[in-house]
Amino acid sequence: MTTIETEPGAEFDIACMVNGRAVRARVAVRQHLVDFLRERLGLAGSRLGCEHGSCGACTVRVDGVPVRGCLMLAIQADGAAIETVEGLTESGEIADLQAAFVARNALQCGFCTAGVLVTASELLRGEIPSTDVARAAVRDFLSGNFCRCTGYHAIVDAVCMTLEGRRAGARPAEGTGLCHA
Amino acid sequence: MKAPAFDYVRPSDLDGALALRARYGDAAQYLAGGQSLMPSLHFRVASPRLLIDINRIGSLRGIERRGDFVRIGALARHAEVEASEIVRADLPLIAEAVRHVAHPAIRSRGTFGGSLALADPAAELPACAVALGAEIVVAGQGGMRRVAARDFFRGLFETALAPGEIVVEAMIPRQEARQRSAFLELSPRRGDFATVGVACQADLEGDKVSALRLVVFGSEPYPRVARRAQAAAEGARLAPELGAPVAEALEGDLEPMANAQGSAAFKRHLAAVLARRAIERMAA
Amino acid sequence: MLDPASSAIQSKAPFGQSVPRANAARLVAGRGRFTDDVLAPRMVHLAFLRSPIAHGRLRALDAGRAAAMPGVVRVVTGADLAGKFHPFKTVLAHLPHHLSPVQPLLAADEVTWQGEPIAAVAAESRALAEDAVEAIEIEWEALPAVGNPEAALARGAPAAHSTLASNLVFAARFGSGDVDAASAGAAHIVEQRFDFSRLAGVPLEPRSILADYDPAAGTLTVHQSHQSPHLMQLLFARHLGLPAHKVRVIAPDVGGAFGIKLHAYGDEMAAAAISVLLGRPVKYVADRLEAFQSDCHARECIVEGRLAVDRDGRLLALSADVLLGIGPYSIYPRSSLGDGLHAATLPGAAYDLAAFRGDLRVAAQNKVPTGAFRGIGQPLACVVAELLLDRAAAALAIDPAEMRRHNYLKPGQFPAVSKGGLKMNSLSLEPCLDKLLALMDYERLRHEQTELRVRGVHRGIGLATFVEQTAPGAGLYGPGAIPVTSQDCCILRVEPSGAVRCEVGCTDQGQGTATGIAQIVAATLGIPLEDVAVATGDSAGAIGGGAWASRGLSIAGEAAYRAATALRANLLDLAAALLQCRAAELDISGGAVVSAPGGEARMSLAELCATAHFRQDLLPPGIEPVLVASAHFTPRRDPYFVANGIQASHLEIDIETGWIKLLGHWVVEDCGHAVNPMLVDEQIRGGVVQGLGAALFERCLYDREGQLLTSNLADYLVPMAAEMPDIVVAHVTTPQPGTALGVKGVGEAGTIGASAAVWCAVHDALRPFGARPERQPFTPDVILAALGRVPSEDKSIVT
Repeated sequence: MTTIETEPGAEFDIACMVNGRAVRARVAVRQHLVDFLRERLGLAGSRLGCEHGSCGACTVRVDGVPVRGCLMLAIQADGAAIETVEGLTESGEIADLQAAFVARNALQCGFCTAGVLVTASELLRGEIPSTDVARAAVRDFLSGNFCRCTGYHAIVDAVCMTLEGRRAGARPAEGTGLCHA
Repeated sequence: MKAPAFDYVRPSDLDGALALRARYGDAAQYLAGGQSLMPSLHFRVASPRLLIDINRIGSLRGIERRGDFVRIGALARHAEVEASEIVRADLPLIAEAVRHVAHPAIRSRGTFGGSLALADPAAELPACAVALGAEIVVAGQGGMRRVAARDFFRGLFETALAPGEIVVEAMIPRQEARQRSAFLELSPRRGDFATVGVACQADLEGDKVSALRLVVFGSEPYPRVARRAQAAAEGARLAPELGAPVAEALEGDLEPMANAQGSAAFKRHLAAVLARRAIERMAA
Repeated sequence: MLDPASSAIQSKAPFGQSVPRANAARLVAGRGRFTDDVLAPRMVHLAFLRSPIAHGRLRALDAGRAAAMPGVVRVVTGADLAGKFHPFKTVLAHLPHHLSPVQPLLAADEVTWQGEPIAAVAAESRALAEDAVEAIEIEWEALPAVGNPEAALARGAPAAHSTLASNLVFAARFGSGDVDAASAGAAHIVEQRFDFSRLAGVPLEPRSILADYDPAAGTLTVHQSHQSPHLMQLLFARHLGLPAHKVRVIAPDVGGAFGIKLHAYGDEMAAAAISVLLGRPVKYVADRLEAFQSDCHARECIVEGRLAVDRDGRLLALSADVLLGIGPYSIYPRSSLGDGLHAATLPGAAYDLAAFRGDLRVAAQNKVPTGAFRGIGQPLACVVAELLLDRAAAALAIDPAEMRRHNYLKPGQFPAVSKGGLKMNSLSLEPCLDKLLALMDYERLRHEQTELRVRGVHRGIGLATFVEQTAPGAGLYGPGAIPVTSQDCCILRVEPSGAVRCEVGCTDQGQGTATGIAQIVAATLGIPLEDVAVATGDSAGAIGGGAWASRGLSIAGEAAYRAATALRANLLDLAAALLQCRAAELDISGGAVVSAPGGEARMSLAELCATAHFRQDLLPPGIEPVLVASAHFTPRRDPYFVANGIQASHLEIDIETGWIKLLGHWVVEDCGHAVNPMLVDEQIRGGVVQGLGAALFERCLYDREGQLLTSNLADYLVPMAAEMPDIVVAHVTTPQPGTALGVKGVGEAGTIGASAAVWCAVHDALRPFGARPERQPFTPDVILAALGRVPSEDKSIVT
């Protein structure tokens, strides 16, 4: 039994993977994951719009699934693999989605965008909905991501464009991310 | 909105968790999915001195068949329940209901046991547990015990859990060919808590209803078993026309809460509409 | 009439092209730089103690325990700031009878709304600051709170602020023509009450500021999520007692604003004041709870509308009694009157009325102060006119589309001044209507509606014509002596490479104004779009007004066009001198100096500019290169640019439950020429959804004690993707006269017509039942109450 299993404390060491890189840090237990990513690791792409799980701006990928980063403690990321929008950009995994967002102006102020992209990336990894239901499926899947600027129509267009491309067999090439660290 | 200071501990087994809770008492709170607890910490409406993170306790995980039952572990994430072939095949009511729980990112972390333990009146899964006749297994320092779901939810955010007890799993009877179920919910927007919802399951003998379990939630302080409505269906033919008498009988079963969404009369009206539609759907 | 220069520029790409925004690539990569991303060494973080009550007097404040807590640098109270820094006082020079009490930066004596800041803790982290806030002890004496505009004006109502003799802080009558005389002999008089909910703007990025006072240099540098850095530069200087030229305000990426970030807020000014006190950078980022309790609210308004029509369906007279509910203070410096002024002057502007009367009363209340929110009162004016018109049409069995067509101001009547005082050059009302009806297949939808009604499916179709004020000139704030500039400046600087750096005074919170400016500059100069870099949002850069009232591209764009024209002339003069020909024989195209008629390249722009920068020795005597060009523009010919459009909503109501499903939405907009049609359409869509949110979901709900019940995103319902329809957008184009570009503003258009389209569609759907809901948002309980299926709502909660 390690200390963290039996002795309560206010800070602990964690070891996790963030965007494919090993991270070791001592964290205050009350700090949530997004504050940790932003303040300790300088990964400012994940943002805070409400800190109570409703807006989705904080959505990051933890162990392969999208989570509200504001509702997870940094300490709970111990042993986990975290991917943020920066990592998804670097790997090129969503390069086609990002290109579609740019081409279709599926973002305006950009504050919600990382959360939308991480959430939408999940849709791209699953079974691609057929064309006739795609728009409704996309709206449904993104129903937890608040955007005040776009009114969602362009976002739905961009995600559907990407789904169409994936359905046709296109895959983003490795390392064709828009920006490299 | 930053959380107040607290200590944190992460036991690896159930006994460890229970021991810690016993040691630190009411100042300690269990942390499972965190999708409700974390917001309350950020709003500073809760200030526990210790969080006992139970997410690593393996014995609380899993979804599997156990004879005529499906066991859903307390730590089964809503997303796992949603993706489960077993739930889809054997618990169609829950398969339908879980899609209404919040949004994908919340479902990644929120847990089945957490939903039962919190007993939010507008939550979907407690009502389903009651409608399906589930048994909820809880563990305390004194050992394990089983509580029927219909006895588990006692009041507004109030359950049969004694201080320190943890929900371990739910044992839910597998739906049989002679049964029908329906889940309907009205919420302001997709994924919001229910304004009013109905979870029901009917047992059939031929085309007649031998028993109906109809639970209204969202508008009531806890999942409301609609006894008069259920009685109105007993022995009747399951047909769309049964909807009206069931809805009418429902009136006497309800004690809805007025809130910002509307008055008690409004909630009653909606519950009656949903009950009628639930019968129509099961009859289809 | 098309300006010849304007048609010339339109033929040059990329003007009129839907090019993607230059900013978009870094934003999708997570490389946005918002104010909270900006860091400064030794920065402290602020948290505020805010009033828990709606109205009271502070009797005692003890910050001793708080000041001693871990990480706390200082606790600052209202008393610490008073005397050193100037409080706010909103005064409109041309409307001196509008009353607004002196507003302290931090309340020290009287608190007048729940959420008003009382004290600030500066600490090493936000979490530690919040811990210390909890340790501040205050004692207060509660005073009666007033939380309803009608109650606020009732006899014996308690004053929202102790210095107000009455809560009636403004009253005025507007309009022309004799409404009573014009209504005499009307075949129908329609009366309708409109109860508009109080709204919150909810930009996703909360208000954020990083104020950095350097005591050694006497300079204040502020990064702020704000729409008008230049205004804030002046206000920081004024209220902190600093010379204006030693204050610099930078708005980096701004995560949505919509008018909410147009104002001066006591907590932000206090943050800057604390930086002056500490001599350290001070950061304050509002959290979502604070955002609901202190970002300006808007639109709380009750309107009694009345429309008189003759038996042929001609509109005779329209009147609107407008009661606007604001906060205890009129927001600083622009005032909280905007919603009311527009609601009381603009209804029916599109129509040929004999008379209009608007009576405005403004009531102070103990609620969050109100301010600008996209559209400012115009959405309300649109609802009032369009629903009254629909009801009149129904009473006369005239189709609503034809009712509108019949009553529009006709082309021959322009230029016109509406009976409410709106000066209009020309509007394309009928062309927009025709285009809309075709786009939405109006006839088919009406047929379907009739068939489906028989089967118990109730759909509604609503049309909403709107006329909007965009790009206002100095007439809006000048007479009020409010230091808001309506002019914008563009400064262009050409690099040795031939690329151009552009500074403009407008700001961009995601609209894409910066890209539009780049397109104008590139098209006018004849250089590739990627060779233009646009900088906005810095008060030390080009002078300007920032973003508000749909002014960005229509005003700053003109300035950019003029500056680019001037720079082009400079460059061609230079090229002519080098090439020993006349400037008129040359042009710039594709980044090269070319022969004017033939187009063959004579020298690259890079070569020209490098020569201009480094080889003046090669130039003929007397020629001095001018590598910078600047120009200003402010609307002078017209007080503002009037645009028009029409929207339609198609929806279905479940009459058993009251739930509404939006099936479709259409917009036909005439905003003059579009520099970037894609960005224009997306502004429209975003605006529409804000209007749909207001119509169906959004309200700030207060209880009888003045406690805000909707102060998080679970309780205040903003529109999300699953409930919103696809939005079809099309255009008619009437260029703005007197400008080179012919561009009108469009940022608010979507919001201005969307709620009205829904109001009309809901009433259309429910007309067979005689149900007339009069309260927005149309939540299910409102619909069912209108249908008589449940009693009218329990009034224990007061909005």
